Amino acid sequence: MTARVLVGVKRVIDYAVKIRVKPDNTGVVTDGVKHSMNPFCEIAVEEAVRLKEKKLVQEVVAVSCGPQQVQETIRTALAMGADRGIHVEVSGKDYDSLGPLQVSKILAALAKKEEASLIILGKQAIDDDCNQTGQMTAALLDWPQGTFASELVIEGDKVKVVREIDGGLETIKLNMPVVVTADLRLNTPRYATLPNIMKAKKKKIANMKPGDLGVDMTSRVEVLRVDEPPQRQAGVKVESVEDLVSKLKEAGRI
Amino acid sequence: QSTLVVAEHSNDTLTPVTLSAITAASKLGDEVSCLVAGTNCAKVVEQLSRVQGVKKVLLAQHDAYKGSLPEELTPLILATQKQFNFTHICAGASAFGKNLLPRVAAKLDVAPISDITEITSPDTFVRTIYAGNALSTVKCNEKIKVFTVRGTSFEPAAKEGGSATSEQVSAPSPVGMSEWLEQNLTKTDRPELTSAKVVVSGGRGLKSGENFKLLYDLADKLNAAVGASRAAVDAGYVPNDMQVGQTGKIVAPELYIAVGISGAIQHLAGMKDSKTIVAINKDPEAPIFQVADYGLVADLFKAVPEMIEVLKK
Repeated sequence: MTARVLVGVKRVIDYAVKIRVKPDNTGVVTDGVKHSMNPFCEIAVEEAVRLKEKKLVQEVVAVSCGPQQVQETIRTALAMGADRGIHVEVSGKDYDSLGPLQVSKILAALAKKEEASLIILGKQAIDDDCNQTGQMTAALLDWPQGTFASELVIEGDKVKVVREIDGGLETIKLNMPVVVTADLRLNTPRYATLPNIMKAKKKKIANMKPGDLGVDMTSRVEVLRVDEPPQRQAGVKVESVEDLVSKLKEAGRI
Repeated sequence: QSTLVVAEHSNDTLTPVTLSAITAASKLGDEVSCLVAGTNCAKVVEQLSRVQGVKKVLLAQHDAYKGSLPEELTPLILATQKQFNFTHICAGASAFGKNLLPRVAAKLDVAPISDITEITSPDTFVRTIYAGNALSTVKCNEKIKVFTVRGTSFEPAAKEGGSATSEQVSAPSPVGMSEWLEQNLTKTDRPELTSAKVVVSGGRGLKSGENFKLLYDLADKLNAAVGASRAAVDAGYVPNDMQVGQTGKIVAPELYIAVGISGAIQHLAGMKDSKTIVAINKDPEAPIFQVADYGLVADLFKAVPEMIEVLKK
C-alpha cells in the first residue's frame, strides 16, 4: 500500500472574479479580492482523498507555499478530507517572485522528507497559467510524470494514467513513486460539509520555511510589466441568416 | 544566439505548431536547429530540412522514443544541449511541449517560460496570465532560456525554401521508468482544431451531444473544425479534446462561429484572436456578443439549419 500522498494546493484569485490590472502596471489587483483554492488543485485533493477512501493510500498531506493566508487554503483541503497540512512560509519579496521552479524545489524536498510515494497536483494554476510545477517536481526527484490526467489507477507498484492530449487520450504506465497532474475530467471535487469543516479545525498544520528544506528562493525571472489585453470591439448585429451569410461572403470569410 | 526547437511529429508528419515554434526561433537569430526524436522518422527529417529558417536537423532514433515519453526525451535533450550549447530551447505549447519542456528546464535548473505570444528581445517575452485577462512581459535572466510557443501567435514557417543539413545524435540509454501503452485519437475527416481556417463551436445551448450533429453538418459545408465550450464538455456533450478556452485549446482561425455559447471569460481567452467572430445565441445579453463582429440573436435550432440551406445555394 502506498503510504503517503502529497497534494499541492495553491491560493489564487477566485475564478469568478473579474481581473483588474493595477494602474502602475506592476501586476493585478489582489487586495480585497476574493481568493480560493485553484480549481485544478481541488481536483487533485479530491483524487487523493478518494484513493484514501478506497484504502489505496494511508495518509494525504496538503502543502501550500505562501504567506499566512494560504493556511485557509490548506484548511479547505483538510475539510475535503486531507489528514494534515504543511505550510511553507514564503512572504514579502520572496512571495512576489515565487515561481513554479522554487515551488517544485520545495515540493521535491518535502516528498523526500515525508517519504511520499505519490504527488498529485493540479495541471496548472489559473493565475499564472504556467503548467510547469508537476513536470519540474518530477524532474527534480527523477520520478516519472503523468500529466493532464483524466484517469488514475494504482496497480501494485505502478500507476496507470490516462492523459488528455491534443487529439484525444493516451494511456501510460509509470513506476512508483510518481507525480500526477490533474486535468478537468479526473473527477468532480466534493464540497466540504459543515461537520468536516469543524473537524478540519482540529487537524494539524506544520509550519516551516524554505530554508528549513534547504531550498534557495532566488528567482531569475523578472516581471517587467503587466498590461490589459487589447479590447475587441463589438461589431454589428445582423437581422437574418441570409444577411449573415452575405456579410461573411463580402468579407471573404466564406 | 542559437536555438534548439524540439520537433513534434507523428513519425510521418510534422505537427503544425512546430512550424510556429521555428518562426519564433528565427526571430532570435538564424542559428536554428531542430531535434527530431522518434522510432522511424526519416520523412520528418526530410520535411524539416526544407523548412525555411532551419539550419540543422538533429536526428535521434530509438524504440524508447515511442510515444514521446518525457522521461526518455529529457536525457536526450540534455545530451544534445551539452554537445551544442544552445542559448534557447523551445517547442510548441501543445500537450507535447507543455509536458516535456518544464522537465528539461528543471534538469537545467532554469525557470521555463510557458506559452509565449511575443518575443520582445532574446531575453524578454510576452505571455498571457489569468486566462488571457492580462498580458505579462517577463525578462528571463537564466543562462539558457527554455520556452514554449503559442501556435496562434506566430505564423507557421514556410514549408519550402530551406536547405538544412542533418546530423545523427546518439541516444542515451533508455531510462525505463515509464511505458507508453496506447493512444485513442478522435477520428475525424475534418481539419484539425488548432490549424483550421474556420471553426464552428457549440456550447451548452446545444442541449445534448446528439444536437452537435447540426454543427458537424454546418462545419462540413464550410470545411471547418468543430470545437466546444467548457460548459458543453462539462455537461458531457462532447469529448475534452474539442474544448476551446484557456484550459483547452487556443485557436485563432479566420472565421470562428460560436453557436449557443454565452461567452465565459475562459472561453473568450481561447478564441478572441480569431480574425472574424460570429455569434449565434438567443440571449441578446450574452457576453459573446461583446466580442463578435457579427451577432445573430436567434434560436440556433432554427438558424443553423437555415444557414446550412443558404450555404447549399
